[in-house]
Amino acid sequence: MSHGSGGRAMAQLITELFHRYLDNALLAQGNDQALFSPPPGRLVMSTDGHVISPLFFPGGNIGSLAVHGTLNDVAMAGARPLYLAAAFILEEGFPLADLARIVESMADTANQCGVPVVTGDTKVVERGKGDGVFITTTGVGVVPEGIHISGDLAQPGDAVLVSGQIGDHGVAILSKRENLGFETEILSDSAALHELVADMVAAVPEIHCLRDPTRGGVATTLNELAHQSGVGMQIREEAIPVRPEVMAACELLGLDPLYVANEGKLIAICPGDSAERLLAVMRAHPKGKDAAIIGEVVEDGLNFIQMETRFGGSRVVDWLAGEQLPRIC
Amino acid sequence: MNAELIRVRGLVQGVGFRPTVWRLARTHALVGEVLNDGEGVLIHAQPAAGNDASALDDFCRALRAECPPLARIDAIERSVLEAPLTTDTFVIRASSASQVHTGIVPDAATCAACAAEIRDPSNRRYRYPFTNCTHCGPRLSIVKGIPYDRARTSMAVFPMCPSCGAEYADPADRRFHAQPNACAVCGPSVWLVDSQGARRDPAALEASDPIAAASQLLAAGRILAIKGIGGFHLACDATNAASVAELRRRKRRFGKPFALMARDLDVIRAYCTLDAEEAGLLQRPAAPILLLDVSPKTQATPLAPDIAPGQRALGFMLPYSPLHHLLLQAWDRPLVMTSGNLSEEPQCIDNADAADRLGTLADATLLHDREIVNRVDDSVIRRMAGAPRLLRRARGYAPAPIRLPPGFEQNPPILALGGELKNTFCLLSDGQAMLSQHLGDLEDARTARELEVTLDLYLELFQHRPEWIAVDLHPDYRSTLIGRERAAHDDLPLLSIQHHHAHLASTLADNGWAMDAGPVLGIILDGLGFGPDGTLWGGELLLGDYLDCERVGHLKPVPMPGGTKAILEPWRNLFAQLEAADGWATMRDRHPTLESLQRLGDRPLDVLRKMMARGVNAPLTSSAGRLFDAVAAALGVGGDPITYEGQAAIELEALAAQAMDPGLEGYRLKATRQASGMVLDPASLWEQLFADLEQGVSKARIAARFHSGLSQALGDLAIALAEARAVQRVALSGGVFQNRILLESVQRQLSAAGLETLLQRQVPSNDGGLSLGQACIAAARASRASE
Ligand SMILES: [Fe+3]
Ligand SMILES: [Mg+2]
Ligand SMILES: [Zn+2]
Ligand SMILES: [Zn+2]
Repeated sequence: MSHGSGGRAMAQLITELFHRYLDNALLAQGNDQALFSPPPGRLVMSTDGHVISPLFFPGGNIGSLAVHGTLNDVAMAGARPLYLAAAFILEEGFPLADLARIVESMADTANQCGVPVVTGDTKVVERGKGDGVFITTTGVGVVPEGIHISGDLAQPGDAVLVSGQIGDHGVAILSKRENLGFETEILSDSAALHELVADMVAAVPEIHCLRDPTRGGVATTLNELAHQSGVGMQIREEAIPVRPEVMAACELLGLDPLYVANEGKLIAICPGDSAERLLAVMRAHPKGKDAAIIGEVVEDGLNFIQMETRFGGSRVVDWLAGEQLPRIC
Repeated sequence: MNAELIRVRGLVQGVGFRPTVWRLARTHALVGEVLNDGEGVLIHAQPAAGNDASALDDFCRALRAECPPLARIDAIERSVLEAPLTTDTFVIRASSASQVHTGIVPDAATCAACAAEIRDPSNRRYRYPFTNCTHCGPRLSIVKGIPYDRARTSMAVFPMCPSCGAEYADPADRRFHAQPNACAVCGPSVWLVDSQGARRDPAALEASDPIAAASQLLAAGRILAIKGIGGFHLACDATNAASVAELRRRKRRFGKPFALMARDLDVIRAYCTLDAEEAGLLQRPAAPILLLDVSPKTQATPLAPDIAPGQRALGFMLPYSPLHHLLLQAWDRPLVMTSGNLSEEPQCIDNADAADRLGTLADATLLHDREIVNRVDDSVIRRMAGAPRLLRRARGYAPAPIRLPPGFEQNPPILALGGELKNTFCLLSDGQAMLSQHLGDLEDARTARELEVTLDLYLELFQHRPEWIAVDLHPDYRSTLIGRERAAHDDLPLLSIQHHHAHLASTLADNGWAMDAGPVLGIILDGLGFGPDGTLWGGELLLGDYLDCERVGHLKPVPMPGGTKAILEPWRNLFAQLEAADGWATMRDRHPTLESLQRLGDRPLDVLRKMMARGVNAPLTSSAGRLFDAVAAALGVGGDPITYEGQAAIELEALAAQAMDPGLEGYRLKATRQASGMVLDPASLWEQLFADLEQGVSKARIAARFHSGLSQALGDLAIALAEARAVQRVALSGGVFQNRILLESVQRQLSAAGLETLLQRQVPSNDGGLSLGQACIAAARASRASE
């Protein structure tokens, strides 16, 4: 693949790829924009730039991830996603076959999710000025009547739930990228959660917060929510689901799974007396079958995420500045 | 007549100083008055009519000689008054709240007079467990605000009976203005509950009172929670192996030594060697835990084997409250008195909390209804290099101000927030540093909350309004976050201070090093501290003063595969060290029969190798602590994983102590000059160590050769650097210098080379002393900024 005129040829090729795989009426119009009438209700919109190494990993690739990531961000408002847009930045020389795999996977993913990619763009940058491929996706969705979900709505007495085992994505990426060679291959949990969310808000419209614990993991997401809402949380280490193989990898790597990224999990906060109902709904959905109530929201001027450890201790799960650096002397 | 204004500075408030002045004024026939004010104690005095002017000189001499036990006179300044006084009496004048600002004094162990009263059946305080007077009793542990009077302590809910009130009001009485003064009629009381929280009647145990009942339960092998001065203890008979093992199991504390309490010095002497200085330390009002060497031969009932596994020292303290005296009255053997908590947590201070957290740990609890407002742990002292050195500064020491050397009088008030473990914070103003009591591990949520509360209390007690805030360079220490938040909230300048520079500055301040006295060399041996280059430091030679420092030497940085995990699992450090030396595979091939290398071979080394090669959670560190871990792992000493912080190094030292002798040849380490300074490379020690192991040399001797070689190499390097940089003084600090062998060996070598050494004494060389260094660095920088 080359820059300049070749780049143009390249972009042409990609457009063809898109049209082949992402085939839908809006895209087929061939305009620089997609034209549609919004359904009734409030619209939400979200955008996310996807940069990942390696591009192909156990359980997904950058294409499927770019669809899941943005759909999930839209869904975390309690919304039903309608449309996606995608912009590609390709590095000159990026293998065409790889690109085709990515676009195909993206298309498959979008199709499975029932959310079409209705507009897109591609640019090619000089060799050395990109890292293979970057994909930015934007999503639009509509929020059902009576749903008010926001990070600043957690209240003391609310329950904190997680939709399944944590840490899979981060460990999968790390072990693949660094070729760490664990005995059992760990798959990324990359998945779209909007159908799970649709069931959840239909059954429990009083949900206060939803957020997907991506970069920085569950620990970072809980801290964000606690600060936004001006509350604290009390969680129980024992209640937090982690796959044994992920736990074993984390122990060997010295990582705390609470800080490891997820791409197919969500944190939900709802009134305490709705928690069991919400849990049942989540568990009834395949993407929430291992959901758990992991703690509750408490009043706390210091906005601590406080975790009762397996041995009955109580530690602060802090918001870290960067990597997990040793703190003990 | 010659009237004088006499100003007394120091720790002179809340310690019975005014009544002493009053009594001595009468003895020396003076008239006038005494009062507390914002600077200490102020006396107006003149000889009564017909008396000699020399009475004032005699009075001042007597004041120094008869200074109350808890007071400390820093200065007596006298000036002549123009007009004579027109009174013919000497009175104590009440101080108004706004005039007093000198904070609060530490909790003090029961004085001899009070101890005698509780043993005297004819005394009205016979067996009363809350007996105290102006010279003893709780202070910091019960205070809620200033000025320090009964209404602002947890004694406020106990109105004094007429007898106690009369003592309190009488300047001639030992209990004049003793805020926690009480007796059985009016004061707090003690009771016993079982593990379900139900009251137990002492009579059912055929005991005269709850304390006697508790003593009997202990004698029967039970584990008791006991509410004391600054928190709860868990206690059991230290000679009962089953009880001690059960206590370890319940508390989940598996290796870390237990502190002991003994009725008197004779009981301690039955187990440990004790000289006059050590006896004196134990008997001080601070009543610390003192680490004492175990007697080689003893006739006494043997202690349980796992009181202090892998140690050759025991931590002993004497009873420091009347309750302890009464509890231990019948005991000719020691009690374990360990903090009342699960391992890693702060000890309980609250009755409800104790029921919650200690209910499952103790068979019964001895409770009382005097609220503990502030948790104050037992202080710990170890005598090293010829002086007692604080390893944990808490009860009996905090919050007494530390006087700072010249240069620190003028800077703006400073708050320094300390480290992450063994946290203390420090307020610095008016040439003094007020260090909080040891608070502990801030990853623990209770401790982190306590820090905020205690900090607010200290700010009020010392009327401190910080203008600068200092924190560690580590971005994720909870103390750093708190400092950052407070600085942002109050719009104050925030200084991030490198960990080992703070250790160095702490040592300077501890030794009275003036602000502008110039640089010294520092050998800082530590666990870990965040370095400005993004690596983790911990085996550093620094050249610096309060303002700045330069890294002139360090141990060779080696990865820590697994980050925090490598601190908990010493084998990771051994592997990293071997890879950095001749390589693990080479070492294994050279010594195929060595058990420790075989054991290492069973670990998942491939993953670790990749982590180190790719920099996956394998930060580089020059930590001395990690080197000790690696050596301990090579010898199979100290637990893998460790069960308490510093275990590997502590057990390695105890082992080395068995084989240290002056003629011993140490393992050689090589220093080379590199861009980052002189680099001391431990690589060469491994081949020497494994050769010894292979030849069947004892582990004790190997540990000793390691200590000897490391201190020799550090000493040589320091001597060369001191000469090159023309400095005469070397400061030794950092947590690893709690190792007596290392400290004394390095110090001896430096002294022999004519260098003066500066060692920590008033504050710990571990992270408990960090906040003092941070505060002094901030003060120096603030002073420079204002020039
Ligand atoms: Fe340190
Ligand atoms: Mg996003
Ligand atoms: Zn007394
Ligand atoms: Zn009374």
